[in-house]
Amino acid sequence: MPKQSPIADDLDRPFWEAANNDRLVVQNCSSCNRLQHPPQPTCQECGSAANLGWREMSGRGTIYSYGVVYDTPVAVMQPDQPYNLAVIQLEEAPEINMYSHLPGSPVDDVTIGSKVEVVFEVTAGNGQKVPEWRVVG
Amino acid sequence: MVDITTPPAGMYRDKEGMGIWPHRGKVAAVGIGHSPTARRWDERPETSVGALSLLALRNAMADAGITGDQVDGLVVVPDTTTGAYWPAGKVVGADFLAAFNQTNDVLDGIAKLSPEWIIANMPELTNLKTAWSAGGCTSHALVVAAEMVGSGAAHTVLVVKGWHNYTGRYYQGGANAEPTSSGPTKWSAPWGGPACYGTAQQFQRYMMKYNKTHEMVAPFIVNSRRNGLMLPEGYWAQHRPEPITADDYNNARWVAKPANLYDNDIPIMAAGAYVFTTAERAKDMAQKPVYILNHASDRTRARSLALTFDEVEAATDSTGRKLYEGAGIQPSDLSFENMYDGFGLFHIFHIEGLRYAGIKRGEGVDLFQGDISIEGSNPVSPSGGNIGGGRTRFWLHTDTMQQIQGRAGQRQITKKAEIGVSGGPTPTGGNFLIWSATPD
Ligand SMILES: [Zn+2]
Repeated sequence: MPKQSPIADDLDRPFWEAANNDRLVVQNCSSCNRLQHPPQPTCQECGSAANLGWREMSGRGTIYSYGVVYDTPVAVMQPDQPYNLAVIQLEEAPEINMYSHLPGSPVDDVTIGSKVEVVFEVTAGNGQKVPEWRVVG
Repeated sequence: MVDITTPPAGMYRDKEGMGIWPHRGKVAAVGIGHSPTARRWDERPETSVGALSLLALRNAMADAGITGDQVDGLVVVPDTTTGAYWPAGKVVGADFLAAFNQTNDVLDGIAKLSPEWIIANMPELTNLKTAWSAGGCTSHALVVAAEMVGSGAAHTVLVVKGWHNYTGRYYQGGANAEPTSSGPTKWSAPWGGPACYGTAQQFQRYMMKYNKTHEMVAPFIVNSRRNGLMLPEGYWAQHRPEPITADDYNNARWVAKPANLYDNDIPIMAAGAYVFTTAERAKDMAQKPVYILNHASDRTRARSLALTFDEVEAATDSTGRKLYEGAGIQPSDLSFENMYDGFGLFHIFHIEGLRYAGIKRGEGVDLFQGDISIEGSNPVSPSGGNIGGGRTRFWLHTDTMQQIQGRAGQRQITKKAEIGVSGGPTPTGGNFLIWSATPD
């Protein structure tokens, strides 16, 4: 589904570079053993930037909730309305969530709790790949 | 010289276990003032957000029976946008510049509002000592005004919030029209959720968790519009006195299902102002004092990208506990509730957090199936809120004061209005107050 292309910056470039290589990584503080997403300049637990790195995720998750978008202000998406928009919880870190259009799922045919797996979609604006999630099983 | 700052960071009652509010019953609201409402700015100086704010402030002083020289504190919400932004490159009209004294920001009074602008245009405030710029919405401004009086930083305080709305569909231009996304929105904008999406996905989870339906919300929206049409200050009463039915609600177009058009509010131009003072001075003013028993704030931030329903439940539960603890009251002491409703669906989360009318988690929409009218024993949103009066985030406070003062007119609740609660905006990050007819 067409969407805006995220533009990487110095803070989050490892996330977007990993996505371009079909890998899902999340920022991690090795001192606190704590994941955080979206990435931040410092760990939101200990306040330090010194131990921040990136941890690869399994790419498995669960649909926490969803809505169906009929009236988005984002111009590039308006031709595709209505569309699903789900909140995905990561399997190994349910406290971390991401958005998904649930490619492959019919509009408004979504079950909370369904298992999903990450896929990476190319966006048109600058070719950046973004994580998306497909229902499995 | 007026000392103009932001409110001291340590004044918020954002934790549980803080005990009774030290200024409980010692601060009172005594005056209310509003401007007329309009759907959009017609570009006349006298209908600018600055002009509307001055009008509301002067109406509030007149209502309280005070003159400008009695005011020593001012709280101004600097943000006035409904989502509409001043078009890039558009020149501010010479008629506006001629009509008002300006600050060093040419958009002041037209697309924003500073304490400096108010002071520059209210020469009658001859004894003003302290002014705070309180970002966000009226609930925040009222909470800090309560502390301004309670702490003795000022004795008689004016509070004002104004809104501007311009021509055109809001949020449609700017970054949303670009093929790329940068900055903090890059994690969400590519997925294109409208403003109400967050509440919609939380409500979806609510329906799943408690086995409820969107249609169960209809009586709340119908009641809110009914109450709003009895709010002479409000947009719908002034411009479009149209009741809505449950069928209207259930057949309305979706914005982000399960949030439809009526779960969203209408952006308008308006200003509201209030007079707060000490309980002592309030006795000599024109209106019956409404005493503040407590205020509380929530500072929850999403653990990750999307704020989850679990986080909303935890936050609203905590807000309820904080409010009751600091006021020294129980849920059953509330005569009515005016929690925020823009978006309408999260009003449910607010009132469940309060355990209003004896409900537990998951029972908010059940309450709506009974009598929630102003005539009943559990009035829900007697102000009509944003749903019934347009997006101001202040009808809830206006009505709470008017109910307790016994001057809510057609909206006056049948039961005795002794203690009320109001606040918002969102279930996380909001500011809330408990109001009472008596100081003890
Ligand atoms: Zn850490």
